[in-house]
Amino acid sequence: MATTYDIATKQTEPRKDGSVPVVAVEKVYKSFDGHKVLNGISLRVNQGETLAVLGRSGTGKSVLLRLIIGLDTPDSGSICIQGQNIAGLALDRMGEIRKKMGFLFQQAALYDSLTVRENVAFPLEHHRRDMPKSERADRVRKLLVEVGLDGDIDKMPSDISGGMQKRVGLARALALEPEILLLDEPTAGLDPISSGEIDELILKLQRERRMATIVVTHDLHSAKMIAGRLALLNEGDVVIEGTFEHLQQSDIGFVKEFLQQS
Amino acid sequence: MSDRGLTTVAEIHPLVPPLRTEPLSSVADSATKLFNGFFECSLGIFSWRVLTAAVTPPYEGRELIRQLDEVGSKSLPLVAMAGGAIGVIISLEARYSLTRFGAKSMFPATLVYSVIQVMGPVITGLVVSGRVGAGMGAELASMKVTEQIDAIEASAINPYRLLAATRILACILMLPLLTLATDACALFTGWFAQSLVEPLSFHQFITSGFKGAAFNSFLPQTFKTAVYGLIIGLIACFQGMRTRGGAAGVGRAATNSVVMASLFLILADVVMVKFILVFFP
Repeated sequence: MATTYDIATKQTEPRKDGSVPVVAVEKVYKSFDGHKVLNGISLRVNQGETLAVLGRSGTGKSVLLRLIIGLDTPDSGSICIQGQNIAGLALDRMGEIRKKMGFLFQQAALYDSLTVRENVAFPLEHHRRDMPKSERADRVRKLLVEVGLDGDIDKMPSDISGGMQKRVGLARALALEPEILLLDEPTAGLDPISSGEIDELILKLQRERRMATIVVTHDLHSAKMIAGRLALLNEGDVVIEGTFEHLQQSDIGFVKEFLQQS
Repeated sequence: MSDRGLTTVAEIHPLVPPLRTEPLSSVADSATKLFNGFFECSLGIFSWRVLTAAVTPPYEGRELIRQLDEVGSKSLPLVAMAGGAIGVIISLEARYSLTRFGAKSMFPATLVYSVIQVMGPVITGLVVSGRVGAGMGAELASMKVTEQIDAIEASAINPYRLLAATRILACILMLPLLTLATDACALFTGWFAQSLVEPLSFHQFITSGFKGAAFNSFLPQTFKTAVYGLIIGLIACFQGMRTRGGAAGVGRAATNSVVMASLFLILADVVMVKFILVFFP
């Protein structure tokens, strides 16, 4: 049967030790007001692996991330986080799973009434109340040093640039030491130098923390740099998935066109 | 994979009816979706989520104190001024009418009862509805459209607990206290306006005004404003947290919060007045 669905499954198969993928999306459908956004998409991400999800605007990349963290619910299909299906979980139960995840929003979504320091400390103050105040402050400072913003710790989000806001968002996403990192367009709207710095930062974090990371991006250069595996979406489903070389070798028209235009 | 292939066949041969690409288990899924859609739109379900979040730990004490300050302390000057103005207005109107009917001696009691039983609670409710309702509605709506509420949820924090429950509880707790402040200011300015025309000591005014009054005459009217607080907080949080559509959505949420809270507040007053007359005669 003719198909455009071409998945390099070898990298997503369960590992020999029998462990399940950290994130497993199986045949997920999602529509908004009758408009189908995700059309039976399936993806898997293992620990320590970075998957870049590419595609044109409106193909459901950000929706996919929102479904994985439970901000939206799929119409059908399953999303498993460390083997636990999150569909229909109560808010507090979902909260326990979310503690293992960090999310960087496309516009950073910093709390505009809080300083940079308070933004990063926010998840710690709610989930690590047992941690001494000084230790929490130390962790916040370390995170901000890690993203290169320790000099701007007392500034308000409105007083820093878009790139810096994304760094703060990244530091906040890392505050609870997540096992899964979801990044929505981390380099969108940034100049090439800032984009490069964010990419370097993500790579560094990957090397040090070995998280399962899903990066949604338009930026092929960035995706090639930070991700071991790329998935290209079109009309709500994966057209091709594999390494960058695998994409380059593809005969699929859409893949060729996307690579040429990027 | 097969779904995709079959759909392609249907597209090539238009006489073949298009095949469903969703799994057949979607009957249950559709029901769930419908249910979720209804739940997302319903004020009742929103209230239920807030209630369950409010009574289960962890409790957001610090945010509650911040909201108590926001609703209480920051509304105090406004309700005091409104109360002061109402006191003068009632004083002027009552003196004129009572003099006409030869019942000038009833002035202190008229002022006390008018302020404490009728005007104080309603004026406080409407003033707080305007200030706090619009503020909360706009603040939460702005947080919603800039994904800050999603960020709170993504950080494994229940936004119904942190944002809604604390605000609603602050409104419930603060409205009776603000009403007392309004009443006090109204009585003082009412007495002051009267004493400019006809000297009357404040002690005499209060003694005469509260003569024969029982706690039942005033307490239910003051504490009914806790229900006003519930209405203001609930509607403002509901409008704010379900906002969509950028700046226009924020504006709509603020407007709807004030309009609906004020309207429901007056309607609730009708019911509560009857209730108080029956149970606290």
